[in-house]
Amino acid sequence: MKMKYMLSASALSMVMAVPAMAQTEIEFWHAFTGRLGELVAEQVETFNASQSDYVVSATHKGNYSETLNAGIAAFRAGEQPDILMVFEVGTATMMAAKGAIKPVYEVMADAGADFNSEAYIGSVKGYYTSNDGQMLSLPFNSSTPVLWVNRDALSGAGIDPNVDMSTWEQVGEVLDQLKAAGHDCPMTTAWQSWIHLENFSAYHDTPFATKANGFEGVDTKLALNSPAQVAHVSAMGEWAQDGKFIYAGRRNEGGANFRAGECALFTESSAGYAGIKAEATFDFEVRPLPYWEALADEPQNTIIGGASLWVMEGQTDEEYKGVAAFLNFLSSPEIQAKWHQDTGYLPITTAAAELTKEQGFYDANPGTDVAVIQMTAKAPTSNSKGLRLGSFDQIRGIIDEELEAVWSGDKDAQSALDSAAARGDELLRRFEQANR
Amino acid sequence: MEKRVTFKGLWLPLLLVLPQIVITAVFFFYPAGQAIWQSLFIPDPFGLSMQYVGLGNFEYLLGNSYYRASFVTTAVFSILVTVVSMGIALYLAVLADRLIKGSGVYRTLLIWPYAVAPAVAGVLWLFMFNTRVGVVTWYLGVLGYDWNHVLNGGEAMGLVVVASAWGRISYNFLFFLAGLQSIPKSVIEAAAIDGAHFWTRFRTIVFPLLSPTTFFLLVVNIVYAFFETFGVIHTITSGGPQQSTTILVYKVFSDGFVGQDLGSSAAQSVILLVIVGLLTIVQFKYIERRVHY
Repeated sequence: MKMKYMLSASALSMVMAVPAMAQTEIEFWHAFTGRLGELVAEQVETFNASQSDYVVSATHKGNYSETLNAGIAAFRAGEQPDILMVFEVGTATMMAAKGAIKPVYEVMADAGADFNSEAYIGSVKGYYTSNDGQMLSLPFNSSTPVLWVNRDALSGAGIDPNVDMSTWEQVGEVLDQLKAAGHDCPMTTAWQSWIHLENFSAYHDTPFATKANGFEGVDTKLALNSPAQVAHVSAMGEWAQDGKFIYAGRRNEGGANFRAGECALFTESSAGYAGIKAEATFDFEVRPLPYWEALADEPQNTIIGGASLWVMEGQTDEEYKGVAAFLNFLSSPEIQAKWHQDTGYLPITTAAAELTKEQGFYDANPGTDVAVIQMTAKAPTSNSKGLRLGSFDQIRGIIDEELEAVWSGDKDAQSALDSAAARGDELLRRFEQANR
Repeated sequence: MEKRVTFKGLWLPLLLVLPQIVITAVFFFYPAGQAIWQSLFIPDPFGLSMQYVGLGNFEYLLGNSYYRASFVTTAVFSILVTVVSMGIALYLAVLADRLIKGSGVYRTLLIWPYAVAPAVAGVLWLFMFNTRVGVVTWYLGVLGYDWNHVLNGGEAMGLVVVASAWGRISYNFLFFLAGLQSIPKSVIEAAAIDGAHFWTRFRTIVFPLLSPTTFFLLVVNIVYAFFETFGVIHTITSGGPQQSTTILVYKVFSDGFVGQDLGSSAAQSVILLVIVGLLTIVQFKYIERRVHY
C-alpha cells in the first residue's frame, strides 16, 4: 500500500516535472509512516495537482528524533530541505537556531502571500509563536490529552457509566470502586510526563518552568516540583502502590491494555481515537482531562503535542514562494478539516473547526470535539501557552525515570520531582551555554 | 626457533601496508581527532557557533553522578555479557566436541543466532519478556513471579545481558570448537591412559591449551559488550529504568542525538577511547603473559 503510494507520488511528480520547465521543487521531510504517511502523501499530491508552478516532494526520514537529526545533519552539510517536520519538544532547539531557520511569518511576508496568524487556533499556534505573537513554524499535527473511558468496565463493576469524572477527586472514588470490585487495571496512562506534568501544570495554570515556561529566555529553570505537581504525582503514586494505577511504559504502551479492554480508564492523546475506534470491542467514551478541585476552581486549557513545520534557511526566493503556497494550502479549511477528521488531530484554524461542525462530523462521532473544546474554552495564559525548553527530549527522559521511581515506590513524589528539576536544570544550563 | 620472513627494501613493505594505514587514518584517526577537537567546545546542534570551554566538558561529565554511575553499569554489563556468553559457549563446544554422530547438525543450529542483528535480537527478547504479552512473563506469572523490567532495574539488566550474550554464544562457540579440535588427541589420550578423569584432563590440559583462543575471545567480547550492544539496549530498555542499563556508549548516543549536546557527547567519546586503549594495554601486558601458545 505504502509502496503503491510512493510509486504513484513519484510517478506523478515525474510526469509533472517534464512538461513545465519552470517548476520549482520543494523538499519536505516528515516523520510519518503507515496511515498517517499515506494521508501526508495524499495532501502533497493534491497540492501538486492543484497548481503547476511548484512540485512538493515529501520524504519520510524516520521517527521524530531521527527526522530532526536528519535535518540537522543535512544543514551542516548544506543540503537541508525546504520544510522540516519537528516534534514539539524540539521547538526550543529550532528556535535557538537563528541562521538555520526562516520563521514562517517572514516566509509569508517575503513571498507576499496572504497570511493572517489570527486565523489559527490560539492554543495550537501559541506553542510555535514568539513572544510578540509572530508565528515561527506552522502547526501541522497537534493533539491534546483526554480521558478515555471503557463504559463496559464501569458497568461491570457496578458503577454508573455516566458517573461524573470531571475532577481527579471523583476519579479517585471511581478507582476505589473499581478496585473494590476486583478490577485488575482501573487506570493506565500514555506519555506520563506530557500528560501528568506538562499538561497538568498548564491545566492548573501553574508554571512548569520559570520565564513563562521558557518563552521569555533560555535562562529558565524547571518549576515542576511545586506543591501542585507534587500533590498530583503523590496521589498517582499512592494509586500505583494500591494497584489502581497500572504503569505500562513511557510512550503509549498502555494503549494496548486499554484497547484490549483490560483497563477501565486511560489518559492518552486525543489522536488515540483512530486506533481505539478500530480495535476496541467495548463501549468507549472520550471525557475531558480531569483536574483537581482542591487546586483550581475550574481548569485552564491543556497544551498540545505533535509536530510543526519549520522552513529552513538558505533556499532561493522562488522556493520560498512555493513553500508559502504549500503552507497556505495546508492551512486551508477543506484540507485541515479533512486532516482533523481522518486523524483525530486538532484542526489548526478556527475555520477548519467550523467547517467540521457544519459537516456534521461531531454529531456523527460523539466525543471527537472534547479535545477541541478543552483546548479552546479559555484563552491561554503564560502558564498554558506551551513549553519552550532546550534539550527537552532528554529532560522528558529524566522525568520518566523519576516518575518510574515513584510508581515503583522507590522515591516519594517530592524527592523524585526535586531530583528531576535539579537534573533537568543541568541540561538547561548546557543548552543556555550552547546558545548564548 | 622463530621463523621470520623479511622483505628487502623499503617501498614494497610500505606499499603493502599502505591500504591498512589509509583505512585506519580515514576511519579512525580522522574521526578520533575530530572528537578530541570537538570535546573542547560547546557547539550548537546546527554548527552555527562554537564556544571554547577547554576541559569544561570533562569537568561537567565527571561532576555528574549519573555519568560516574554509568562506568559501574558498563563494567557490570560487560563482565556479565562476557562471562555468560563465553561460559555457555565453552560448555556447548566441549559437548559438541565429544559428539560423534550428528555433530554437524548441532553446530549449524548453534551458529544460527549469530546471523541475527543485535537490534532484531533485542526485539525478539523484548517480545518474550514483554510485561503484557510476553510468553516468558506469562509463565513467570503462573509461577507467582511478577516480571516487570520496565520498573525493575535488576530485571532490565538481566534481560539486556541475556539478549546481548545470546547471539554472541554462537561466535564464541565456533572459536572454542575450532580451538578444541586443534588440541592434539595424543596428549589427551596419554592423560587418559594415566588415569586422568575428564574434569582433570580438562583442567590441566585442555583449558591451558585453549588459552590463546580464550584470550582472543576475551578481548573481542569485551569490545563487543562496550560498543556493539547498542542495538539491544536501544530496543529493549532505552537505558532505563532510572539509567540502570545506560552503558557509556548508550550515553554518548543519548546526549549527542537525543539531547543534541555534541560537546558532552564528543568528550564522552574521548573518555571511551582512553578506556578501551587502557583495557587493551592491560589485557596484552598482563593477561597475555599467562597465555600458552
